[in-house]
Amino acid sequence: MTVTPGPARSRLDPEPLPRRDFLGLASVWAAASAVLLSVLGMLRLPKAAVLASPSKKFRVSVPESLAEGAPLIPPGRSVALFRDANGIYAVSLVCTHLGCIVKPAGDGFDCPCHGSRFAADGRVLRGPAPRPLPWFKVTGSGGNYVVDENAVVPPGTRATV
Amino acid sequence: MSTMTVSPPALRRFLDNLKAVPQQFRASAIRGGMPRTDRTRSTFVFGNVFLHLHAVRTHRWSLRWSTTWGLGITAMAAFLITLVTGVLLMFYYKPYPEVAYLSIKDIHFVVPTGRFMRNIHRWAANVMVVAVLLHMARAFYTAAYRPPREFNWLVGMALLVTTLGLSFTGYLLPWDQLAFWAITIGANIAQSPREVTDALGITQYFDPGGLQKLILLGSDQVGEEALIRFYLLHVMILPLALAALVAVHFWRIRKDGGLVKPADADQRLGPPPPDTYPVFTEDPAKTYHLAAIVRGKTPAVGVGPEQTVPSMPHLLYAEAGVFMLTTLICLALSLVSDAPLKELANAAVAENPAKAPWYFLGLQELVSFSAFMGGIGIPAIVLIGLGLIPYLDREEAGTGEWFGGPGGLPLVLMSVVVGLGAAVGVEVIAIRFGWLREWSPTIPQLVITLVNPGTVLTVIYGAYSTWLVKRFNSTRAGALGLFTCFLCGFILLTVIGTYFRGPNWNFYWSPADWPHH
Repeated sequence: MTVTPGPARSRLDPEPLPRRDFLGLASVWAAASAVLLSVLGMLRLPKAAVLASPSKKFRVSVPESLAEGAPLIPPGRSVALFRDANGIYAVSLVCTHLGCIVKPAGDGFDCPCHGSRFAADGRVLRGPAPRPLPWFKVTGSGGNYVVDENAVVPPGTRATV
Repeated sequence: MSTMTVSPPALRRFLDNLKAVPQQFRASAIRGGMPRTDRTRSTFVFGNVFLHLHAVRTHRWSLRWSTTWGLGITAMAAFLITLVTGVLLMFYYKPYPEVAYLSIKDIHFVVPTGRFMRNIHRWAANVMVVAVLLHMARAFYTAAYRPPREFNWLVGMALLVTTLGLSFTGYLLPWDQLAFWAITIGANIAQSPREVTDALGITQYFDPGGLQKLILLGSDQVGEEALIRFYLLHVMILPLALAALVAVHFWRIRKDGGLVKPADADQRLGPPPPDTYPVFTEDPAKTYHLAAIVRGKTPAVGVGPEQTVPSMPHLLYAEAGVFMLTTLICLALSLVSDAPLKELANAAVAENPAKAPWYFLGLQELVSFSAFMGGIGIPAIVLIGLGLIPYLDREEAGTGEWFGGPGGLPLVLMSVVVGLGAAVGVEVIAIRFGWLREWSPTIPQLVITLVNPGTVLTVIYGAYSTWLVKRFNSTRAGALGLFTCFLCGFILLTVIGTYFRGPNWNFYWSPADWPHH
């Protein structure tokens, strides 16, 4: 077999494109997609499947003496329970802006971090908060109640006393 | 017998070798000999793995203080200081809630030199942020981002983001009230795309904000998972990323032909100093290059390297000087000011006011208008805009000169006035009269997200620089205006956030006016 020299080529000219590089390209893309998929697979690890935070459902006793409009904040929880003529209801104390804990103040809630103000029913009155404070589902009666922070209910929903 | 006289006995040779060990060791370690001639000075630099990042000769323009003010080396020196002090702090720090707080207390009060090391670590981190920001401004105002340095500008931006990430992750580790609430705010900024998905009602199908927060914290609130993640990022992932980026950044400086200098730098410098050793005794007509292997200009085209001086000692001594000055500043600050440690983190009571480190307070000012726009939207616009600058400004005049020559300074000063004026104006309206929701409480959130003091300011800056491009018929003028405006806006918002915001993020002229609570 004899080798015939091709047309003269300078060292600066690009190499001519090979005509049949299908297999080469296919193997490169196969390797690249294998790497990509394994990286995506590894990224699943940091996305926690079980959260380390405490249960979102908790029991609370509301004393008879709780005055109308006065907040009852169970220890370690960011929820305020209120009593009024129609029953017991629970309002989240986590600001919908950036997660600070709002303070019940007068007829509403104040956020210490960026000055959002909420009405007694959780509506945004001023400040950067994008959404009203959510109400949580309260079940039970006769002084003992269960609050479920995973169950958001429409404002005005109460557990009967 | 004759062989014995030619070569001494093996035992004698052994003793002679033993005596010669110190000298031989030195010769083997420093192979080129002491750097006393131009040739051995060259060997000293390129024969050393740590020093060979430098060229063996440095242009005199690069050594002028006003070329760089040593800011890049300052940032690098501060990084090395945080690296050393950080490793020392790791001897005692324990990344677990409450235990972390107690271990920081131990470091502060019990560990020998612990408080000093923690102070240095904290001050060096601050110096690093300042140096990186100023270094970026220097590179911008001398147009050092122009071809062939566009990509290195982008690497520099990645370094800025990594530096801020290192600071942010380090902020949580003491596990005090300040740390806990600053990170709670930060994590909720990561979640703030929900502000838009909620307004559109698609959060249950598409929730990038929730995913970001979940991956950052490993949970739905700041707790033990978040602390170990921030620790991992702070001591492992981000330092490694930073080191890799720094290597690329330095390598690119060499490959892009050293530091930027004006086209007529040689004429401006005047004749080389009389003691310069001439490399070429006549004008070199011929150049030596590797045309088939690499592209680009050849080292010597019609001019000898007489405007360069040996890097050892000129450049290396200057760098060592900057390093020592940076160390001195960090030590002095550490002696007069302790790193803060508030009470133990309490998830039930928010710090009031809850302030992030000072370089994030401009951002915090913006998120007090809209979490998504201030925390993600506007920073993304700014980063994209900064990254596009080298590709949009393709002019050549004024490269390597401060503000692009004599006409640039008035333009920059005008932009300072516009940038500060617009920021003050928007803030005065927001502080004095409130914003849309105070005027009409039922206004849809999406309107506030799109039209708030932060976005209004961004639009003013964009419009002003577009006008500059038209007025001066120059893309460089637009770039100068935009960069200066954003720098001024950043500084003004940071100052307001740092000094004039009190409880409930209300405006106060002085902390003395803060209400008691």
